[in-house]
Amino acid sequence: MVRDTNRHFKFDWITIFLFMLLVGFGWLNILSASHTGTTINYFDISQPFGKQLIFIFLTFGLIILLLAVDAKFYERFSSIIYILSMLSLVGLFIFGKNVNGATSWYAIGGMTIQPSEFAKTATALAVAKYVSDLNTNIKTLKDQIQTFIIIAIPAILVLLQNDTGSTIVYGAFFFVLYREGLPKYYLTIGISIILLSILSLKFGAIITSIIALILVVSFHFLSKKKLRIFQSAFILIVAFTVTFGVKFFYQSILKPHQQDRISLWLRLEKDPEKLEQMKRTFAYNLNESEKAISSGGFSGRGFMEGTRTTGKFVPEQHTDYIFSTVGEEWGFLGSAFVVIVFVLLLLRILHLAELQKSQFSRVYGYGVAAVIFIHFFINIGMVMGLIPTIGIPLPMFSYGGSGLWAFTILIFIFIKLDSNKINEW
Amino acid sequence: MRQFLLFITIIAVGVLFISRLFYLQVYNSSGNDLFEDNAIRKVYDYPKRGFVYDRNGQLLVANQPSYDVMVIPREVDPLDTLEFCNLLKIDKVRFIKKYEKAKHYSPRLPSVFVSHLSKEDYAVLQEKMRKFHGFYIQKRSLRNYETTIGANVLGDIGEVNNANIRKDPYYKMGDLIGKQGVEASYEKTLRGTKGIKFIQKDRFNRNIGPYKDGAFDTIPKQGKDITITIDAQLQAYGELLMKNKRGGVIAIEPATGEILAMVTAPSYDPSILVGRERSKNFTKLYQDNIAKPLFNRSLKGEYEPGSPFKLMNALIALQEGVLTPDETVTCYAGYKYGNRFMKCHCNRGTRNNMVTGIQRSCNAYFATTYRKILDKNGSSSDGIDAWSKHAQSFGLGNYLNNDLFVGAKGRIPDRAYYKRIYPKTFYSTYTISNAIGQGEVATTPIQLANMTAAIANRGYYYTPHIVKNIEGEILPEQFTKPKYTTIDKVNFEPVIEGMLQVYKKGTAASLQVKDIEICGKTGTVENFAKIDSVKTQLTDHSIFVAFAPKENPKIAIAVFVENGYWGSRFAGKVASLMIEKHIKGHTTRKDLEEWLLKHSLENEYAKPYSGKPFKINRYTTLQIVEEQEYHTLKKELNRINKSKN
Repeated sequence: MVRDTNRHFKFDWITIFLFMLLVGFGWLNILSASHTGTTINYFDISQPFGKQLIFIFLTFGLIILLLAVDAKFYERFSSIIYILSMLSLVGLFIFGKNVNGATSWYAIGGMTIQPSEFAKTATALAVAKYVSDLNTNIKTLKDQIQTFIIIAIPAILVLLQNDTGSTIVYGAFFFVLYREGLPKYYLTIGISIILLSILSLKFGAIITSIIALILVVSFHFLSKKKLRIFQSAFILIVAFTVTFGVKFFYQSILKPHQQDRISLWLRLEKDPEKLEQMKRTFAYNLNESEKAISSGGFSGRGFMEGTRTTGKFVPEQHTDYIFSTVGEEWGFLGSAFVVIVFVLLLLRILHLAELQKSQFSRVYGYGVAAVIFIHFFINIGMVMGLIPTIGIPLPMFSYGGSGLWAFTILIFIFIKLDSNKINEW
Repeated sequence: MRQFLLFITIIAVGVLFISRLFYLQVYNSSGNDLFEDNAIRKVYDYPKRGFVYDRNGQLLVANQPSYDVMVIPREVDPLDTLEFCNLLKIDKVRFIKKYEKAKHYSPRLPSVFVSHLSKEDYAVLQEKMRKFHGFYIQKRSLRNYETTIGANVLGDIGEVNNANIRKDPYYKMGDLIGKQGVEASYEKTLRGTKGIKFIQKDRFNRNIGPYKDGAFDTIPKQGKDITITIDAQLQAYGELLMKNKRGGVIAIEPATGEILAMVTAPSYDPSILVGRERSKNFTKLYQDNIAKPLFNRSLKGEYEPGSPFKLMNALIALQEGVLTPDETVTCYAGYKYGNRFMKCHCNRGTRNNMVTGIQRSCNAYFATTYRKILDKNGSSSDGIDAWSKHAQSFGLGNYLNNDLFVGAKGRIPDRAYYKRIYPKTFYSTYTISNAIGQGEVATTPIQLANMTAAIANRGYYYTPHIVKNIEGEILPEQFTKPKYTTIDKVNFEPVIEGMLQVYKKGTAASLQVKDIEICGKTGTVENFAKIDSVKTQLTDHSIFVAFAPKENPKIAIAVFVENGYWGSRFAGKVASLMIEKHIKGHTTRKDLEEWLLKHSLENEYAKPYSGKPFKINRYTTLQIVEEQEYHTLKKELNRINKSKN
């Protein structure tokens, strides 16, 4: 076996650089969003920025540890890691601490740890392990169900803990499975269901049904791929079920605050008085965060100069709404820069994943990119009012030790796997 | 192709986000303006408003503190409402109503709870204020009038309206601004410049410290004090004489153009437009559209000038050389033109030269004069233009462009004006009424006073103005540079001689004042009103212009008394007394004073609104004021006469 004597330099420094850039810039914004008064003690651990600085320092130790472990370890122990992670989620039902309505924290001493953040990494490893197994063929229904169960267990556990945001993140694995050969109709069905739901809520079930009918009928007669009549009929019935079912789902299953968020997002409320009422209540965060971003203008108000940030107008600004600080203080230039860095990081990881020789590494790399992407999409989309409010952090940026470490582990396991690709045959 | 799905999705989301950012931050940005930023509280620091003094240094307008009780509803803790209501002198129902109103406006922002506490209430309340959480006392500055006169001169201040704010963004809701008089025309001088503090607030609207350590804060600049040209004593005297009459008086110092007195009647005490009662009283004044106390008659009242305008015609005739002072015109108790006839008071066959023509106010003499002016070159249109030009050089027929807040143009017609009325042919006889100051001519009292001042100066005037001195500033050139009329100096002497004779043996012979050579001219002006859309003649207006002394004149005055019948009956008396008062500092004609105080024209003013037919002029009787009021007026007169400058 050929050993590369220079293997420390095989790490993908571009990914590491982009990661560090986001962590560093994120911290500056946490500092701005959470400091009070005029003098700043950077290591004041009673303040979020002080704590985060400690977390960042500890992250370096974590990185060295992750890179020192043999690459084979992650593949070999992925099942055990997964099982331990799931147990930690189950344990929450007994020992969990409730924060903001979600029972997703362990309190140890003065620290709190959120196991659901780490569960994403564990699931990514488990999916990679299962899909890369020689006996697995993702095109078969049996293996599709098996994989689905691996993903569904953590998703359901966090849902039961009232952490809807984290549940949605598990949808990221669709991209992974699709890459590995999941049949195309999953994509078609998925997109169709999302579109039908949105249309039905926005324009009503009847109009949506008519649109679906026209589309299915024209597809049936015009498409080269001849479907049998009962196949088309079945599709149509499913479409109608979704169209009418989503209303029921919206009204009876979703909680009132979730209904409100969707209603706000789809602009279902027209009464200006009620809209004002919304802005003062559940839409307050969104409204303030949009105002903060908008007030930044082209070049921003400057670091620590944002009046809305200084005035703490956006609640939770150092965690989920951290991007509004970027928007206000760094303006269009800074915000676009952050978006571009994220896009570059994601594309870099995807690119590296495609270069992997082992299927395990590739699937895992895809998982990393997909999970970070979903966070990035939902968080920034939410802060700018493009998608309904869903509370998940912005990777590397938002305040929080668990989140930072979880993403560090997620990314650096992949960097380690990538550095080892030369040894894979 | 499977590997591209996520790849493309990531790029698409990146593009979507950057477009959204562009929309929010560049296309639709709320900008960086501190004033627009509702995360920054703007706290204004109001400077002291400048004081107003009269020409002798008497303080007329100062400031007084006013105390408002403010409330921030969400900070209010349960309190002893009974005690609080007693302190504020309100009942519980009002307390609840006011509290609900404040809460409705905003639970977090301060609202005025009770405005304008008296100093006494404030003293008591302040002791106990700490017991009432969520309430605090805000000090404001209001005007304090040290006098009861000159409401129309001094004006008042009130809260800005939306139009003010639109016009000048300096003003914010709740700021005070000069609304009338000196307060309005010298608003910028008096108000100073307010200071501003920018304070960073948090989302609960609490202050968390100065924005950028106060780098953008400014300190207030105090308002400047103003000395006005008004002589407070003369003003008070004039206002007293005009009690129970309607009209205007303007007295000007010819040598400077300074306005010594500016009376409009009826008037009111300026103090009623301050504080708690302001809006109630203002509404009352505003809605009185019969007496119109807010209408400044001395500046805005456009009346036909009547006989005083004959002076103008005399001057123009001399300047145009159509007449010599000694040329005589025979009066046939009137003037016949075409098949029409203009009546005159002269006996049939009286021969008048210029001096006696003015002295007797002969209509025939001036009708002849006027026709001579217009027909000088055979074209009445050319003539009217020349005539108009001369009259306008006295400041008639246009705004005076001075520092008074209101004004009116009056009317001096010219060729273009008559072209509209008589498109084809135009003869001097068509406009013969202009000869005696009626017809199309209209002037305001201040224009007439200014014309008199120009005659007193023998050919020039200074734009009449109200400002005498502003600390640290020099007066603008427009007030210190004489404006010359188109009449040569020599031509004034015959006219002035005529005015002197008016007092010596003419229409104002009864108004002579010992030791003062007064030159004057009476006026009696027919006037009409529309009553139920029928043109009805009312009792004539009483008009008088005068200046004194003849040499080195100290005062030029125009008095206008609505429906006072003839010139020397009301207006002449007021003018003579004010002249004496100004020159001697006291008056000798006590008989005139008493007569004026005793007689009222209120019954005359009530006639058109009575709904019944009524008599005018010589069929009217004068109303005598009630005993009690007469005593009050008399007491006031003694007070004014006793007070020394």
